[in-house]
Amino acid sequence: MSPSNEDQETVRIHIMGKEYEVPKGLTMMDAIEHSGYRLIRGVGCRGGFCGACATLYRLEGDYKLYADLACQKTVEDGMYLMQLPFTPAGRKTYDIEEIGRDGNPLLENYPEVARCVSCNTCTKACPQDLEVMDFINEAIRGNIENVASMSFDCIQCGICAARCPAEIPHHHVAQMARRVYGKHNLPKSDHVAARVREIEGGEFDESLQEITSLSREVLEERYESREIE
Amino acid sequence: MEELLYYPGCSLKDTAIGFEESAIYASRQLGIELKEMERWNCCGTVYSLTADNLMKQLGPVRNLVHAQEEGYEKVYTLCSMCDNTLKRSNRLVKNDPEKLEKINSFMDREEDYLGEVTVKHYLELLRDELGWDAVREPVREPLKGLNVAPYYGCMLTRPKEIGLDDPHNPTVLEDFISSLGAEPVDYPYHSECCGSYNTVEKKDIVLKQAGKITSSAAAAGADLIITSCPLCHYNLDTRQSEYIRRENSSKPVPVLYITQLMAVAYGNSDVCKFDKHAIDPREALALENKALKER
Repeated sequence: MSPSNEDQETVRIHIMGKEYEVPKGLTMMDAIEHSGYRLIRGVGCRGGFCGACATLYRLEGDYKLYADLACQKTVEDGMYLMQLPFTPAGRKTYDIEEIGRDGNPLLENYPEVARCVSCNTCTKACPQDLEVMDFINEAIRGNIENVASMSFDCIQCGICAARCPAEIPHHHVAQMARRVYGKHNLPKSDHVAARVREIEGGEFDESLQEITSLSREVLEERYESREIE
Repeated sequence: MEELLYYPGCSLKDTAIGFEESAIYASRQLGIELKEMERWNCCGTVYSLTADNLMKQLGPVRNLVHAQEEGYEKVYTLCSMCDNTLKRSNRLVKNDPEKLEKINSFMDREEDYLGEVTVKHYLELLRDELGWDAVREPVREPLKGLNVAPYYGCMLTRPKEIGLDDPHNPTVLEDFISSLGAEPVDYPYHSECCGSYNTVEKKDIVLKQAGKITSSAAAAGADLIITSCPLCHYNLDTRQSEYIRRENSSKPVPVLYITQLMAVAYGNSDVCKFDKHAIDPREALALENKALKER
């Protein structure tokens, strides 16, 4: 992967308008770092889960504006990219105990969902390939369960909100739906309550005490040799 | 059972759930299964009159694309506003290939709309395809002696290019009422605007309209009013009850969706969800209808 390797196949990309030549096969994030940028924002888990590295790009000769996660998408020749680590979008404060028992809390808290003209730009922009416009329509109809299940894989990157001509904060609407649904509709999980009782009963105090008294070296050794599925 | 493609619209999934459930029930009594579209979005609510802004046509046209994708030539509506918006957008793109091309080009993920889908309101299905005799056939609880005021509002009959009846002297609701064994009530405000969306910001306008329309129907002897528009229903039902409280006036006239009246006549009022109404129609229905009273 060394840039001095002459046999290495490279692609030409533009980062925020400046051209770079980078090895083929890198993710957008690796390519940005390879080109000398140090990422402080716009980077998170590097595993496609946290949604911090939302990136917009265009390809030469293609009118479409694409969006993807920098840690997941590999660079292509002629790619113009720009990171969008944060999208300003109003998020409501609410009491989860109080909302969602009746009425349509999504429409009440985010009345702008009714501005949707079904242009589908949000869906086209979603790096998770969610049917964003369809779940906004479910929000208008007050179907919290459908919003929750259709938006389950949302990683809150916010690109939908940045692209929406109706200025809807889709990801916050969907998050509210999942929280309300989880709070009021899903059955309580007995094993979590049982485990909380165990913890409160002091069942793990001893092992916690032991582990906090260990040295860094021993902890690292235990971490490295741990059994994982 | 014949399967017809059905576009519900947002209100029928929420505030007007009794409209949808009674329609599904009543249709089955007529041998028809309303098959809800697999994918649909808001109709657009109000047809956009801005000729150069096609953004507002995307919603209605996308629904027509979905109907086309599902392989149907006709899609049936219940809500008057959805019916109006879908029909007018459909008419716009059918008559203007340039605008259709622009919309198709914008919606680059879907197949192109070919302009071949027809939108039909449920009342057109009853009148033109099944006929009033067929509507009468499943009646088990004849509504004899029940005086019903038809309320058309604006959206069913106007503009005349897409209206399903004469905009000045419509008769489809009167025929509908007669076919169920009830008496249609003649009153001057059957096509008067209910006040529409003023109900949000200028409630007083709507209180006045609702009071005028419903008290006129009551004065003409109406036991209840029927409509096929969820917004008209809200205004005539909820705002009427507020008007009556404020003015301390006449007895309330319950407002039913057309298919709720069918469901009652066909012997099942449970599907009507009358508990969602501001003015509960059960008393009026039971008092005026011996058969129902006995049950």
